[in-house]
Amino acid sequence: MAEVKVNARSLQCPGPIVKLFKACQGCAAGDVIVVEATDPGFKKDVEAWCKRTGNELLALEERDGVFIARVKKT
Amino acid sequence: MSEAQDKKTIIVFSGDLDKAIAAFTIATGAAAMGSQVTMFFTFWGLNILRRPEKVSTKKGLIEKMFEIMMPRGPEKLGLSKMNFLGLGPRLMKLVMKKKNVQSLSQLIEMARDLGVKMIACTMSMDVMGITKEELIPGLEFAGVATYLAEASEAGVNLFIG
Repeated sequence: MAEVKVNARSLQCPGPIVKLFKACQGCAAGDVIVVEATDPGFKKDVEAWCKRTGNELLALEERDGVFIARVKKT
Repeated sequence: MSEAQDKKTIIVFSGDLDKAIAAFTIATGAAAMGSQVTMFFTFWGLNILRRPEKVSTKKGLIEKMFEIMMPRGPEKLGLSKMNFLGLGPRLMKLVMKKKNVQSLSQLIEMARDLGVKMIACTMSMDVMGITKEELIPGLEFAGVATYLAEASEAGVNLFIG
């Protein structure tokens, strides 16, 4: 199970979810994608993205204005 | 992706910069959510797809007038509000760049990259005298039936006018 880091800092909507989607396409089931984003909308968006695409949101935290989401590809 | 791919369709009637940005933001976002997206460009919306450079064409007088008066591509579009004779879009682009928002050209590129299908309405092209050569490559050309067939399979259908 690989872990893929995605830096989506300073990107505006829809940049972060597009980056996440592209990273996810290159991953195998079970891989974890760690996305870092500064777009304030990303917090809600990553939840919606996971719900919609059926991938699992393992964790979502905020550290100094940066959202860090851990998404497991299912 | 666990679910079957669903479809989304967007009609782009407007050729205003702000509305085009909204349309392409939704389109690229939807594609990133795993949807199959079709954008159907009609009337003023066709100007978004025009090539920025001059293309020599054989046309009648009215068509030629349209060609000259209408904006050529994403960099030449005006705003639907606060256009101020072209100053508005320049300010808007400046602010967007400063805030790292993607430009319309970048959004169009991203949409292509994500496999968003773009269809130019042939009837509007004919009315406005726009030829295929004046539009960016990679488009499909079709009419209302194609759009309706796509829309009836779609879960979301938007009209950007």
